[in-house]
Amino acid sequence: MIVFASGPVIPNFGGSSAAYACERANRLFCPNWVSQNWSTVLWPALRQHVVLTVIAVVIGFGISTTLALIAYRRGWVERPVVIVTSILYTIPSLALFELLVGVPGLGLSRTTAEVALVSYTLLIMFRNTLTGLREVPAEVRDAAAGMGMGPMRSLLRVDLPLAMPAIIAGVRIATVTVISLATVAALIDDEGLGAPILQAISNEVFKTELIVAGGMAIALALLADGLLVLLQRALTPWTKVRT
Amino acid sequence: MDPDRAVLLLANDNKAQHEGPSVYAQARPGAGQQAATLELRDVTKVYPQQPRPALANLSLKVGAGEVCVLVGPSGSGKTTAMRLINRMIPLSGGDILIGDRSVLKRDPVKLRREIGYVIQQIGLFPHLTVAENIATVPRLLGWNRARTGARVGELLRLIGLEPEIGKRYPAQLSGGQRQRVGVARALAGDPPVLLMDEPFGAIDPINRNRLQDEFQRLQQGLRKTVVFVTHDIDEAIKLGDRIAILREGGTLAQYDTPAELLTRPGDEFVAQFVGADRALKRLGLQTLAEIELLDAHGIDVGDRRVPLTTTLRDALSRVLDAGGAPLAVVDGAETVGAVTLELLGGLLHDGALGERASGESAVR
Repeated sequence: MIVFASGPVIPNFGGSSAAYACERANRLFCPNWVSQNWSTVLWPALRQHVVLTVIAVVIGFGISTTLALIAYRRGWVERPVVIVTSILYTIPSLALFELLVGVPGLGLSRTTAEVALVSYTLLIMFRNTLTGLREVPAEVRDAAAGMGMGPMRSLLRVDLPLAMPAIIAGVRIATVTVISLATVAALIDDEGLGAPILQAISNEVFKTELIVAGGMAIALALLADGLLVLLQRALTPWTKVRT
Repeated sequence: MDPDRAVLLLANDNKAQHEGPSVYAQARPGAGQQAATLELRDVTKVYPQQPRPALANLSLKVGAGEVCVLVGPSGSGKTTAMRLINRMIPLSGGDILIGDRSVLKRDPVKLRREIGYVIQQIGLFPHLTVAENIATVPRLLGWNRARTGARVGELLRLIGLEPEIGKRYPAQLSGGQRQRVGVARALAGDPPVLLMDEPFGAIDPINRNRLQDEFQRLQQGLRKTVVFVTHDIDEAIKLGDRIAILREGGTLAQYDTPAELLTRPGDEFVAQFVGADRALKRLGLQTLAEIELLDAHGIDVGDRRVPLTTTLRDALSRVLDAGGAPLAVVDGAETVGAVTLELLGGLLHDGALGERASGESAVR
């Protein structure tokens, strides 16, 4: 569902309408262009960007949390996971996107973009979740077991809730990272806020859409981060009590 | 008249010990579980990769409703012994019986719900309110909301905390309050057996003394079978009905009542452990109300007086303070007798001291 067509973005300059004065003068930023293209270009791109981000963070969270829980029980799992996810994390994003396009079955698609985006979330969320779990005080775990909680109950009722601030901190960093990286993913999957940015890059003079789309990506990152902070406060009321 | 009165008070005191102050009796409606006997039979614990056992052939019996204090230097296996009881660590050999059932035949998770557990670091759940913390075991036992809520209220009252404190988080409590909540949480499921691992170890001396007094009062009402671990011999003497002194390497040096340990330490190790001041400690076991006082008539006590509730140890200190002169013992405004240096010395010498308190609780 590529809404943004790769045809000319800049309206016909040949028209006589005064509305295009800014474009014809080739100013850096044309507010008029923004209002005219909001519903056809920018808003759909924003929605795609949110979808791309949510899919990547949710899948990445699932994988990294599962790995962290395994590593919490079996410590030796940590090293290999950290090595693999660190390598994924350090691959330059452009290179990774290009590499994945060559993988059979992926090609230029949203799946390819998601695979790359997910791979960047794993290290952060794995590390944070595992650290959060390991920082549950030993005496609290001891008390949970001593009261008669089985391992699974203790994990769900004690360990995970106490690790929640660290887990959400990981989700915040991963989300902001993905929002930023997803603009680059437009190279292989022509959607999201990256699409107008790439369009503007390929156009040598007209930069309004780059500025607007870039600004929207920043605003989206700030908004998502703020919402996650609120989520954390709601989930961990004990962390804000005054002592 | 005065000696008679002292004997009468003594009898009353005994009665109170058995029935518990009525406040605490009232504070435990629905407290159904009877305390159970506890027996360790040849209990041995060997940790892997350690040449010597942490605990070697420890055998001891704790009567129902008794406080057994495990005391010893570090490395004597006292905490290990305690944690074997609720199977927090697996036994290497021997058996542990609660009532007449071996803990080895029980599912460890379910077993622990029937054994109260208090540790030095308390281990309150920081993400749960005080009320939710106390409700932990009732929830695990599947009690309904009404019963759990009633039990939480009851326990908050029992430990002397306001109901509003139930809504607070552990981080908002003082150290002493946290410790009380830890005890309340351990008692919530009304377990027949209570394990306490240096529960007052991290509390400042003044509050520790208060918590010890509170624990004694609670225990008078609740009569749980308690295994209490400490490295503080004074705490052991104060709280224990029986004291097991362990030595390094996890062997039992002596298992006896406080009075017996202080009067007849079995060997040099025990004698050293209870301290050179063991005669004074024996005096600390009893108050003036529990001995036969001298008739104050004809004894020159001047204006020196001590209340009946004074321990013999403190009374001796006062006598020494007065240059060895006798003191009047008063109950309120009334003089009920007198105490002299000779009286206190004689009590120590004839060995009868402390037999009462220990004798009482060792029965049943």
